[in-house]
Amino acid sequence: MDILSNLAFGFGVAFSLQNLAYCFAGVLLGTLIGVLPGIGPLVAIGMLFPLTFTLPPVAALIMLAGIYYGAQYGGSTTSILVNLPGETASAVTCLDGYQMARQGRAGPALAVAALASFFAGCVGTLLIALAGPPLAEWALLFGAAEYFSLMLMALVASAVLTQGDVVKGFCMVVVGLLLGLVGTDVNSGMARYTFGVMELYDGIGFTVIVVGLFAVAEVVSNLASSETREVFTRKIENLMPTQKDIRDSAWPTVRGTAVGSVFGVLPGTGPALSSFVTYMLEKKIAKDPSRFGKGAIEGVAAPEAANNAAAQTNFIPMLTLGIPASAVMALMMGAMIVQGITPGPQVMTQNPELFWGIIASMWIGNLLLVILNLPLVGIWVSLLKVPYRWLFPSIIMFCCIGNYSVNNSAVDVYLCALVGVIGYVLAKLECEPAPLILGYVLGPLMEEYLRRAMLLARGDATVFFTRPLSLAFMIGTVLMLAVMIAPAVRGKRGQA
Amino acid sequence: MQGSRAEWNFCMRFDLRNNRDFLAGLIFVLIGVLAVAVARDYPMGTAMRMGSGYFPAVLGGILILLGAWVLARGIRSGEKVKGEWGWKPLALIALSIVLFGFLMARLGLIPALAAVLFVSAAGGREFRVKEVLVLTALMSVFAVLVLLYLLKMPYPLIAGYLWIS
Repeated sequence: MDILSNLAFGFGVAFSLQNLAYCFAGVLLGTLIGVLPGIGPLVAIGMLFPLTFTLPPVAALIMLAGIYYGAQYGGSTTSILVNLPGETASAVTCLDGYQMARQGRAGPALAVAALASFFAGCVGTLLIALAGPPLAEWALLFGAAEYFSLMLMALVASAVLTQGDVVKGFCMVVVGLLLGLVGTDVNSGMARYTFGVMELYDGIGFTVIVVGLFAVAEVVSNLASSETREVFTRKIENLMPTQKDIRDSAWPTVRGTAVGSVFGVLPGTGPALSSFVTYMLEKKIAKDPSRFGKGAIEGVAAPEAANNAAAQTNFIPMLTLGIPASAVMALMMGAMIVQGITPGPQVMTQNPELFWGIIASMWIGNLLLVILNLPLVGIWVSLLKVPYRWLFPSIIMFCCIGNYSVNNSAVDVYLCALVGVIGYVLAKLECEPAPLILGYVLGPLMEEYLRRAMLLARGDATVFFTRPLSLAFMIGTVLMLAVMIAPAVRGKRGQA
Repeated sequence: MQGSRAEWNFCMRFDLRNNRDFLAGLIFVLIGVLAVAVARDYPMGTAMRMGSGYFPAVLGGILILLGAWVLARGIRSGEKVKGEWGWKPLALIALSIVLFGFLMARLGLIPALAAVLFVSAAGGREFRVKEVLVLTALMSVFAVLVLLYLLKMPYPLIAGYLWIS
C-alpha cells in the first residue's frame, strides 16, 4: 500500500524529537491562547507566527498546525465553561455545553467534546492522506486560467458564505485583494501603494493585518461593550461520561464528522458553518428536539466533531491546490510562503517530508490534545478566572512584541495600530473580516495568474470559459452568485 | 420639539452620521477612489500585457461600484450602528500600540512594555495603578526569561544601559 508507506514516512518525520517537541509546544500554546475568551485560532496563529520564523519549514508548519487545533480545542473548553465562545466555530457548543455545565455535568461535556474531536481528527487525517495525492495529481493539469477561476470561486464563496451581509463581504474581499498588492510588483519591479514608506516595499506583513484586524479590534469591542461574562467556577469533578452519554453521542459524532469533512474542503466555509449545520441536523432528526439548548449531549458531540473534522480537511485544498478554504488556511499558506515554499500540487513531490510530516503530526497533535487537556482542565478553568482587566493589556502587549519581532521595525507596530482602528470601525459597521484575509493572501497570486492567462491567450478573455476545467469553476462561481442574488430579488418582490 | 413619530423617523433616516451601511459604503468608495487614483500613475498596459496599474485599477473600480451599492442601501434602510462607539478604548489602545513601537526603537523593551500596559489598561473600565504595576513587573520578568534568554531576541532591556546577550 502506497498510503501506508507514505504515512509511515510521515510518522518518521513527525516522531523526530525536535518535531514532536514543536507539535507539543504548538498544541499547548494554542490551547492556552484559545481558552482566552474572544481569541480564536486566527489570532493565536497570527500572534505566535513570528515565533516560528527561525524554525525549519517542517517544524514551523507542524507547530502552526498544532496551534491551530489547540486553539480550536481551547475555544470549545471556553464555550462549555463560559457562556462566551472563544471563536465562532465553537459558538454552537455554547448552546448545550454551557447548559450541561450549569447542571453540574461540565466534566462529561468536556470529555465528550474531547473524544468526539479526537475521533473526527483521526478520520480527517486519514481523509487528507487518501485524498491528497490524487487531488494533487489532478491539480497538475491546471494552467493559469484554471487557477484564476478557482481562486475567483474561492473568494466568491467566502463572501457568499460569510455570516454577515454578502455585498459587504465582497467589498471586504476586494479591499483584501488591494492590500495584498501593496509592495513591489513581481513583474515590473515597480513599488505600488507604498506612499514612499520604505518598509512597505516588501508589502504589508500579514501579522500586521491579522493581529490588527482580529486581536486589537476584538479587544476594543470587548472593552466598549457592557456585556459581562459569567464564568462557571465550580470545581469540575468526575470527568467520566456515563455509558448512556457515550451511547447517545456515538452516532452524532459520526454524522458530525461526515458533515464537517465535506464542509472543510469547500472553499469559504470551514469549521464555523459546519458545526452550525450539524447542530441543526441533529436537532432535526432527534426524537425529542426540545432537549436541545437544555444540555443535550448530542448538541456538544456533533458540532465538536464537525468543527474538528472541518479543521483537518481544511488543509486538503491548501496543501494540494494551493487554495485556502478559510482565513486560517490563508494564514497557513502565508506562513508557507514566508518559509520559501510555494503552496500547490508540487509540495507533495518536492517536499514530501513536509506534506506527510504535517499529516502525521496532525494525528499526533490530536492525540496530545486528548492526553493533555483532560487532566489539565483545572488550569484552563483557573485561566478563565483571571479578570479581563489583566488579560487585555497582556494581549495587546503580545501583539506589539509579535509585530515588532517580524522585521524589528516600529513601522509594523504603527501599521498594526492603524489596521486595528480600521478593523474596529469595520466590525462596528458589521463587515466580516474573514473574507478580507482570504483576499489579502490571494491578491498577488490572482494578479499573477490573470496576467499569465491573458498573455497565453493573447488578450482573449474567453479563455476562462473555453477551457473545460476553468469553465467548471466559473459555473460554480456563477451558481453561487445566483444563490446569493435569488433571495434578494425575491425579498424585493415581497416588499412590492 | 414634539414632532410626530413619522417626522422623527424621517429625521433619523437622514441622520447619516450613525447610519451603518452608509458609513461602510462610504469607506469602501473612498478606498476604491484612492486605489484608482494612485493606480493611474502606474502603466496600464493592455489586456494581453497587463501593466502594474491594470489589476488594481479594475479592483478599485469594482470597489467603488459595490461601495456605492452599500451606501445607497444604507440611505434607503436607515439602519443604525448597534451599540455605542467605544472611542475611548479605541484611542487609548491604538495610542498604547504606537507608544510601544516608538519607545521600543528608542528606549528599549522595559519602557515599551510599561507604556503599552499602562496606556492600554487605562482604556479598560477599571484602572488600578497597583495592579498594573504588578502586571508590568510580571511581564518584564517574562520578557527577560522567555524572549531574551529562551528565544534570544536581540533587544536591549533599557537602551544604552542593559543588554543581555
